[in-house]
Amino acid sequence: MTVLIERVRNALGPELAGPFAAFVAVMIVFGFAAPNFLSRATFGSVAFQLPELGLLTLAMLLPILTGGLNLAITFTANMAGLTLAWVLQSQGGVDAGIGAFLLGSVLAIAVGALSGLIMGLVIAYTKAHPILVSLSMMIFLRGLGEFLTRGGDVSGIPGFLAPIGYGSIFGIPVPLLIFIACVLIWHVLLTRMKLGFNTYMIGSNIEATRYSGINTRKVQVLVYTLSGAMCAVAGIIMLARFNSVRVGHGESYLLITVLACFLGGVNPFGGFGRVIPVFVALAVLQLLSSGLNLMGASQHLATAVWGILMITVMILRWLAGRLKFLNTNRG
Amino acid sequence: MADQALDGAAPRPLLSLRNVNMTFGGVKALKNVSFEVLPGEVHCLAGENGSGKSTLIKVITGVYKPEAGAEIDYDGQSYPHMSPVTAQASGIQVIWQDLALFPEMTVAENIAFQTVIGRWPRLVNYAEMRRVAINALQRLGVTFDVDLALHHFPIAQRQIVAIARALIGEAKLVFMDEPTASLTQSETDYLLDVVRNLSASGVAVVFVSHRLAEVLEISSRVTVLRDGALVGVYPTKGLTQSRITELMTGKTFDYSVLHRDLSRSPVMLEVKGLSRPGEFDDVSLTVRRGETLGITGLLGAGRTELALTLFGMRKPKSGSVALDGKPVRFGSNRDAIAAGVAYLSEDRLSLGLIQPQAIADNMVIASLDKILSGGFISSDRKRSLVNRWIRDLGVRIGKQDDAISTLSGGNQQRVAIAKWLATDPKLLILDAPTVGVDVGARAGIFDIVSKLADSGLAIILISDEVPEVYFNADRVLHMAQGRIVGEFTPGATTLQAMEEAVYA
Repeated sequence: MTVLIERVRNALGPELAGPFAAFVAVMIVFGFAAPNFLSRATFGSVAFQLPELGLLTLAMLLPILTGGLNLAITFTANMAGLTLAWVLQSQGGVDAGIGAFLLGSVLAIAVGALSGLIMGLVIAYTKAHPILVSLSMMIFLRGLGEFLTRGGDVSGIPGFLAPIGYGSIFGIPVPLLIFIACVLIWHVLLTRMKLGFNTYMIGSNIEATRYSGINTRKVQVLVYTLSGAMCAVAGIIMLARFNSVRVGHGESYLLITVLACFLGGVNPFGGFGRVIPVFVALAVLQLLSSGLNLMGASQHLATAVWGILMITVMILRWLAGRLKFLNTNRG
Repeated sequence: MADQALDGAAPRPLLSLRNVNMTFGGVKALKNVSFEVLPGEVHCLAGENGSGKSTLIKVITGVYKPEAGAEIDYDGQSYPHMSPVTAQASGIQVIWQDLALFPEMTVAENIAFQTVIGRWPRLVNYAEMRRVAINALQRLGVTFDVDLALHHFPIAQRQIVAIARALIGEAKLVFMDEPTASLTQSETDYLLDVVRNLSASGVAVVFVSHRLAEVLEISSRVTVLRDGALVGVYPTKGLTQSRITELMTGKTFDYSVLHRDLSRSPVMLEVKGLSRPGEFDDVSLTVRRGETLGITGLLGAGRTELALTLFGMRKPKSGSVALDGKPVRFGSNRDAIAAGVAYLSEDRLSLGLIQPQAIADNMVIASLDKILSGGFISSDRKRSLVNRWIRDLGVRIGKQDDAISTLSGGNQQRVAIAKWLATDPKLLILDAPTVGVDVGARAGIFDIVSKLADSGLAIILISDEVPEVYFNADRVLHMAQGRIVGEFTPGATTLQAMEEAVYA
């Protein structure tokens, strides 16, 4: 048994062992507790709900790895969604064509990236704390969005957008495919690209990284810009799913994204963390709430259980750390 | 043990240990060690990293329990082992290297917070705290503004605050772990004066230090450990630095000055009239290919500032720099690295290496472009580059992916040198490369430096330890208050003359 655990650990890496164990635990518990848990319907609902939270979590991950935070993710996503919605409206609303959608999406991603770019520049040049900078951006975007929409919904979305929110290709939901593509992009970025390498280094010690000849400002600016662009992708998918945009949509995801990163083994102080464990952690959170939902528990209770899960994970990690410490000390 | 004979008239020891054995995971950290401290003496505990110094201190302070058979006599009582509570209560205090002080709190709070903890009602009596703190500082012969937050004080004075805190617990025996590691010469002198006052007031001090010069200056006896075993106890009178080094490492070192004829070697770096107001003024120097130029002087002489300017991290106000015959003007250290300048930081812990990250990543960080393949980092190229440097520089590591912080100071410094050699430099600036490196490992670092010079690299070696530049540089510049005030050729000038000129 211990050999097996060791093997799984080696194959998955230390960060993945925790989320993977939680994944197995959730499957087993709900598999027994809720007879219809291990069904297509459960996985269908998870597959459609996961991407929104998941994309926002990817947007949160990069800044956290640099030792920062991006609190503006949900409102950046809303702003990008609004940009797309306005472009569609100006091109005929429900009758708008594919061209308008493509133009709108490019502009939406540009708006998201711009929000990140501004934060990145401020953080890199003034050395202000990312929490303050992104909080300011969050408040700015919320106020601006509410002002422009007068607090209401923007709807009138052409029907061909629905598949992006609800469609499937070969039985796999389109939003999930988009999310998996983004996960892979982030994975390659972090494991194989200079920017990813430098992101980790900055997260551990930005001054030592600068002394090593890395343009740390450029890295920070790029990280926040990419974070903003990823928010925009989330915003586009949210638009397609809700068929409308409203400033404040998905606001409750903000802190969940931070928690999902930590559940995935990301170091809260930066420098360490991988994409795939975060992906598994997200799946665990989503399965947990779907399972509780199936058992008839309210959505509020599901949120409460997320909180308990996080705390349990912290305690288990501490215990595992102590166990390892005792083992190495005894030799 | 019987072979630990002392002169018959010696006073009764304050602390005496016999038959101390400790094993960690199959490794014997202490082998049958005995150790003695006399009341009020300054005793030095010398040994390389891993020789068992810290383990011994932890046995004495009750952190570790020695194996059965150990005898500990302290202040007239016998113990099979100590406990942290008994150790503290009976006046044994340790000042660890990292100080464990609170930078945001005042000097008084730092010194005296323990006196107000645990009493009921739990209200803080600031007047009492100030009184206790001022008292403790007075015993050390110093006066500080005790109401000022600690972070306003330089490290030497924080050390003294840590000592003062140790004293309020009626200390009889104080251990100081590398107290001068981050101090300048004048700060060290100041601290040593405080240690002398402490000793004169009857407190015994056990001093652990890498810097042999001050060991010789301050202590009356030296206990040397090597590989967990006692080498011997020696009166300081009659010992020399090289003798202690030999005892600590078990090897003899060949100290001789370099004799390389470089007069026909082309000039690699030529600096003319370089100035940065407030840091350095009108500095001119040349370094030839294959030459090691030493720069020495006290901390604050502008050495590091000059190095950072040559490395492109600061811009000179006036003057010119030419590298390999071409005038250069760097906008950032990226330009300098591209042009072939490498700078090994004096502060390995926070600027030189990224401590939590992997050995391999630290080694390739400055030369990432060399391990790219089609725009992506190639893990094969990375591994082979790292393996090559580990072999070439004789770095001892576990796994490439282990954190750099798991390595000893000497091995870390080898990785730091490898990191810069991987950038194919023409000029390598080494700023205090032996800080926090064991005496035995220093020789290894300088072997590397000497081979690099022989391969045609131009090297600037900055150090505040005069013997270091004397024996490892072809020429030595003396910097003081931002100016170059002297030039020496080791061999033509004696070491003593150079030390007198620099430390004067």
